[in-house]
Formats: sequence, C-alpha cells, structure tokens
Amino acid sequence: MTEQTTEAVAEELHDVRLTVNGASYDVRVPARRLLSDALRHDIGLTGTHVGCEHGVCGACTILLDGAPTRSCLLLTVSADGREVTTVEGLTERDGSLGPVQQAFKDCHGLQCGFCTPGFLTTITAGLRDNPDPSEAEARDMIGGNLCRCTGYANIVAAVLRAAELGAEAEPA
Amino acid sequence: MTSIPLTSPQGAPSDTSSAADGRIGENALRPDGTLKVTGEFAYASDLWMDEMVWGTTVRSPHPHARIVSIDIGPALATPGVYAVLTAEDVPGANAVGLEHEDQPVLAETVVRYKGEPVAIVAADHPEIARQAAKKVVVEYDVLEAVTDARAALDPASVQLRPSGNVVRHLKVRKGEELPTAAVVVSLDFEVGMQDQAFLGPESGLAVPAEDGGVDLYVATQWLHVDQRQVCSALGLPPEKVRLSLSGVGGAFGGREDLSMHVHACLLAMHTNKPVKMVYNREESFYGHVHRHPATMSYEFGAEPDGMLVYGRAEILFDGGAYASSTGAVVGNGGTLGLGPYRFPNVHIDCYGVYTNNPPCGAMRGFGCVQAAFAHEALMDALAERVGVSPAAIRKLNGVREGDVNITGQVIDSAAPCEELVQILLDMPLPAERSGADLLSLPGGVANSTHGEGVVRGVGYALTYKNVGFSEGFDDYSTARVRLQVIGGEAVASVHTAAAEVGQGLITVEQQICRTELGVGRVVVHPKNTQVGSGGSTSASRQTYVTGGAVKAACEAVRARVLAAAAQVCGHTADDLALDGGKVVARSGEVVLDLAELLGDAELFADEGVEETVEWRHRPTEAVDPETGQGNAHVQYAFSAHRAVVDVDVDLGLVKVVALDTAQDVGKAINPDAVLGQIQGGSTQGMGLALMEEIVVKDGHIMNPSFTDYLIPTILDTPPMLIKILEYADPHAPYGVRGVGEPPTISSGPAVAAAIRQATGKALRRVPIRPEHITGT
Repeated sequence: MTEQTTEAVAEELHDVRLTVNGASYDVRVPARRLLSDALRHDIGLTGTHVGCEHGVCGACTILLDGAPTRSCLLLTVSADGREVTTVEGLTERDGSLGPVQQAFKDCHGLQCGFCTPGFLTTITAGLRDNPDPSEAEARDMIGGNLCRCTGYANIVAAVLRAAELGAEAEPA
Repeated sequence: MTSIPLTSPQGAPSDTSSAADGRIGENALRPDGTLKVTGEFAYASDLWMDEMVWGTTVRSPHPHARIVSIDIGPALATPGVYAVLTAEDVPGANAVGLEHEDQPVLAETVVRYKGEPVAIVAADHPEIARQAAKKVVVEYDVLEAVTDARAALDPASVQLRPSGNVVRHLKVRKGEELPTAAVVVSLDFEVGMQDQAFLGPESGLAVPAEDGGVDLYVATQWLHVDQRQVCSALGLPPEKVRLSLSGVGGAFGGREDLSMHVHACLLAMHTNKPVKMVYNREESFYGHVHRHPATMSYEFGAEPDGMLVYGRAEILFDGGAYASSTGAVVGNGGTLGLGPYRFPNVHIDCYGVYTNNPPCGAMRGFGCVQAAFAHEALMDALAERVGVSPAAIRKLNGVREGDVNITGQVIDSAAPCEELVQILLDMPLPAERSGADLLSLPGGVANSTHGEGVVRGVGYALTYKNVGFSEGFDDYSTARVRLQVIGGEAVASVHTAAAEVGQGLITVEQQICRTELGVGRVVVHPKNTQVGSGGSTSASRQTYVTGGAVKAACEAVRARVLAAAAQVCGHTADDLALDGGKVVARSGEVVLDLAELLGDAELFADEGVEETVEWRHRPTEAVDPETGQGNAHVQYAFSAHRAVVDVDVDLGLVKVVALDTAQDVGKAINPDAVLGQIQGGSTQGMGLALMEEIVVKDGHIMNPSFTDYLIPTILDTPPMLIKILEYADPHAPYGVRGVGEPPTISSGPAVAAAIRQATGKALRRVPIRPEHITGT
C-alpha cells in the first residue's frame, strides 16, 4: 500500500500497534505521522486538541505509559506498543466523570475548553504522583500548559478539588 | 460529478440541555461542561466527513506588491489536487469587510500585507494541499511598503487607497479651545501589537448543497455578518448560505472578521465536495486581525490640588492593510480615550490609518486598552507632581453618576469610581517578600537572584469601557423561545444565533429561561442562521443584548401561557406567575401544573408556545464629526486594578505578586462565570503589559509562534482578590453591565504603574521588556 505524496513517490508505511485507553488499534502510517494526527484522524479520537503543533501550548498532552507527553511532538511509530491515555480515557468505565473531569466541571475550570484535555491528562498524572498537593504544588503542576480564557485560578481550584475527590474515592 | 450526501458532518453542533438548577444570580454550571471535559465537545477543527477534501491558502510573501501573473498549472497538475482558485474564480463581489468592504477574498492586482490570501487549493490530503500550494507560481512586482503609521498620516507618503491613508479621524472638542492650567503634565506612549492568541486555530467545514447553496460550519463570533459577506462574495442569496456555529476555541475579537469562510465555500462549490480548512498556529498569526498598535501624545492640565482642567490627546492607531473595525476602534479611542475622569475642556484627535502592516481589528477592550496605558500613566504623573497618591488623584477626578462626559453624554447610571479605588485601598496587600522561596522571585526557576536587586512596587489603574455597539449602530439580538411538554415535563428551548465562544452565554440563556418561565430543563439549540441575528459576541454585549432578547421572548411566551391559565382557573393573568413547573398565584397558591396546562389540546397545539422577539437596547447616536459630541454609547462599565510587582532591576525581570481588582457588573447573572471573565481578562491585560507583542519589522511578523509570542502561564499569573459591585443599570435587563472587557483594560496599566513605582523609570511603552528596565 502506498500513499500519495507530492512527487507521487511511494512513501514507506509502517504498521504500528497503539494501545489507546486500553483498546488496541492497528494503524499503517508514514514515519513522519504525528501521534496527535494519528489519534485525531486515523483513530478518530478528537478530544486531543492541536493548538500550536510545536509543543508549547500543551492542549495535545496525552499520557504515554503514564507520563504527560506532547502528542504533537511525538511520531506515531515511536508509540508502537506503548500505552496511550487520552482525555477520552479519563472517563470512568461506567461512563461517569473521573475526578479531574468532575472537578473541572464543578469549579468552572474551563471556558472555551480547547486547552482542557491537555490540562486533564497533565493533572491526572500529577495527582497520581502527588495525591495531596499544596496550592503552590498545584500551580507548579500546570505550569507547562497554556489557557487563554480562565487566568488559571479556577484550574488551580480544580486541581485541589480533584485531589479531594480522589481521596474520597480511595478506600479508607 | 459525485453526489452530495445529505448527512451532517461528524461534529456538527447539536442541542445542549441541562435540567440543573440555576436561575439568574446563581452559579449554574455550563451545559457543555460535561462534553468539554470528556473530549466529546466538537470544535470546528474536529468536523469530519469521509468524502471531504482539504483546503489550504497561498499567501503573499510581500507586504506590498503588484501581482504580475499567477500560474496555477503546476499546482493543479499535482496528483490529488481538486482545485486551485484565484480572484477570477470569485463569482460575486471580491470585497468583504466588517465596516468597509475593502478587503478582497483573494488578492486581484495588489497584495497589501504579508500573508494576504492570493490563491486557494483543495486536495485529498492536507499535506498534498500544502505541497501543491507551494507550486502556485505568483510573479510579484514589489512596491514600496508603508509600515509606519506616522508616515502613513503624511500626505506626501505613498497613498494606499484612492481615498487616502486615513480610515477615520475623530475629533473631540469640548470647552475652551486653548485652556491654561497651573499644573501641566504630558507624555508620549506607545502600545505594541497584541494577539488574541485563542488556542483553537481558525477552522471550518463547507458542504455544498443540492440547492446550489452551501452549508458552512465555522468557529466565529457573528454568524449573520459572516453570512452577509459570504453571500456577497458568492453572489448567493441568504437562504442558500446557511451558517452554523461549530465549537469555538476562544475568540477575544479575533474571529469577528472572516478568515477561511469564503475560501472553504468557494472550494466546496467548485469541487462539489465538502471542504475542511484548518489553520496551523503560524498561519493563524497571519489569518486574523490583531489589536491595533498605538502611538499617543497626551497632556493634562490641572489645578494645584490636582483637579483636572483640560485634557489633550493625539491617538494614532495602525490599522494595517484593511479597515476591519478600525472605525469603531477610533470611535472608542476618541470618545473614551481620556479615561473615566471629569474634564471641563477637551481636545482629542484620534486617527486610524491604513499601512502595509498586518490588518488590525477587534480585540477585547479595543480602543480603550491602548488609551488606558497613556491616561493612567499621566494620572500617576499628575499625582506625583501635585503631591498626592495615585489613589487620591483618581478619587478626586473620577466621574460620578449624573456627570456629563467628554462627548456631552450624561452618565445616567452608577459610576462608582471613588468606591472602586477605595475597595482596592482596603484590600490587604500581599505579604512582604520573605526571600525564602526562590521560585517566587523574578526569574523563578531560572534561579537568577536570591533577592538582591529586587524591588517591590504598587500601581493603580481606573478605567471604563462602552458596552454594546455605539454611535448609532442598530444593535439588536433575536431570540426564539418555546415552552412545551417533553416526556411529561414542561421544557423550555431557546434558539439564538449569538455565538458561544467560551464565555458562558448558553448558561446565561438557560438561567434566564428558568427565571422567567419557572422550569428546570432548558434546551439550547445550536447557533445558526435559521434564526435572526444575535449580533456580535463582542463589546461585552451578549448578556445584555441577547440576554435582553431571551428575556423578552420568555415574557411573550409567559404572557400567552398565563392568559390561557387565567381562562381555566379563575385568576386574572396579572395574579399569576410561573414557578417550579407550576402556575402559581401571587399569594403562593399552586393553581395549575404547567405541563398539564400546556398539554391541554384545546388551549395549545402540540408544539407548545413559541415566540420570537427582536430586541434592541436604547438607541445611540452618531457623534458630531467636528466636535465628537453626542450620545454615542449605551452603557459604561467601570473597573479598577491594583498590581503589586517585584522587579529585578539588574536583569529587568518582573514578577507580578498580586493583581487585585474591583468592578461594577450591574448584576452578576452567574457569579462564577463573572469571576472567570475577570480572572481571564485581567491575565490578558497583564500579558500586554509584560510580554505579549507581535513584533513587526518592515511589514513582516517576526514571531508567529507560541515559542516567540508569549502568553502568560500560571507561573506568570498571580492570585487575584476580586470584589464585584452590583449597581443595577436601570436601562438594562436585570440591571446587567457588560463584564468581559473591563478587566483587560485596567489590569495592564496597573502592572505598568507598579513597575514604574518600583524602578523609578518612565516606561512609556508596553510590553515592558527587560531592557526597558535595565536601560541596556
């Protein structure tokens, strides 16, 4: 199978197995296909947003084997065999909202919402590593993501609220 | 020719609904909140049809050039390319624009800014489209570019338009022609070009329709004015150009003008295929208007005690290559450019000019944001000269209700300038710098100081802004509200074309319906051109104007329902109200169940009760062209900020420690959403003061990326103490006063003032860069 390019030269394609939110996807992509594009276009998970395509804004942040990663800076082939978690994977199995999602909704942590998926994945990993952050730690946790609407105050509140929800969900 | 599918694209907008509580004044949750936190909410960039093709844009590499020839042959011959179109393929008027139709859809004979669209390409893959775009051969004859607004004002300069280089010159004259004063202060100030930097780049999907028309799904701020322009360019009547609002990833003014709208429609109609266009971040910097840069010269005269005697100002806005909303920006700069102060004598000349720089237009607080930096710096200079505090000079001179402003208009609702400043004075200041936490110092993680060379400063700003469209514009909105029984429950649905761009208008629409109709569940229909115009989501106007329309439509529905209820229950309609899904008497007695009443086939048809209302705020009027006098504005919104900064004077680094504010919002329909607007708006204003500038050199943008155009992160954004006042405007629905723009106006000047106070430097330009502080 070939894919058309400018010069109509056959471009080598690579078989990649992605595990996204626990489900396996086999995609055949050129080596330069960004993971963000593979998620959005090849797999159809459009919750991962592309805001700048050069790794600054953080809207496309996914978890790669649990680590927050810019999917616009990662080639799909390098995610072969690895576990990817997108915003869609933060929803509980029963369809209810995960603690970070619930906190964002309740704390008015979003306006336009375009940056939100990247914050949600980042904070999910952050709270896993530090389940009970101080406010300063909560601010530090989101230092790598841009939001243009909220001024971040309600996002910080949502981090702290998500930590509470996470603690409540833990067995005593 | 391929047949056109009748299905909607994936990601097409659908109803949002919620049954949550939340009347006006309560913190109702967003009805789209769940969709936005699960990743299901579809933005314009998420639209998808399997048979769609991808559009891309060929843009001018020159700020000013004559087009000698365009050869589309090599591009069109590229496998996978469906169409390459140029100006000659525009079937209607090749001229669009918000105020002046002066901008071609695709450049014809001349390009007037770098990045101007020259040709468009459709191909079966975005990469093919981009590669083919590079093969469009355009031969240019480069012309002298006018890239300095001051030079453009010179009649000897190259004249970019037959009418000259001046888009608008507004004169404001009041009182004596040559007043004198005991104390005179003056300054020159310069404001750089700010970008809206919304996070979701321009995007949309155009779908050709079987009737020869087109359906356009797009992220925008003003569906009906988009529609007007698309119709004009396509040569089609409005019924054949149907627009739907797709998910909007922020706006802030940058989506009030067209971007890819006509281009996608042209390609869709030419290829008979759905066409998707998505800008990347670099293209976005070329693909929308920016905040006008301004150069300003101000002079205030005052009595020895600081009481203002006169204000003089010359304000010059660089409008760039096309007019966009430059006329309105000049209107605001001229009529509001001295700030919320009492001036017996006024002399203002405000200009907006054409240049070959990137086009400038709407951005949050326009006209006032730029002027506020100048008038607030000058108020501080006056305070220092007469020996009073920055707060005292503002309290002394701030306008009050009943005052006549500089354009002769009586300020006929609350103008709490003194109170706003006093609130800031009464707020606690942040703790003194301890020095223990190095991360809290300027430079942060760079660990560039342990406190040596760090100086603290405090600054104040007091500003105001007009709400809604001014100067005689017919500013209205349309709402269609229906009350019907769904699943045994009385449900309201609301349909407007007013764009939800993240600010929370759909929540407000639901809250108004719940309040007026006494129901719980409210369905918000998608925003589209199947209902009358909602006007623009700009000028802090939607809660006021579309809120007014929804309220009026609800009242019309309620009147019919209560009249019917009166027929069956023996009470007069005047004695009845709707509450909790019931018809209740004023005494509190439950008279009827609303769902049962609406289900009465003899009284109501199956579809329930529906009313559509077009609602206007009270009229404004054009100002006198020679004096600027007139009742130009419908409402004023006041805010004040106090900034506290730590400045590393050796390195020029600034840490904003606190950014506290007080604002009169008339009535907080949704207090949490109001706070969100104030927090976000304050942050944008701070960004302009400290870091945000599109650097333009000889007409070329030097930093079209988020690597080089910086917007504040959480680490730049301080905690904010916020006090909301609610002095109802008796002329506005529920007393509301526009909320979104004021914080962006007063926050930046407060930050600049704090840095001046810390450093003792004049700092007459924003953004304030480290070298301005260090002098190196």
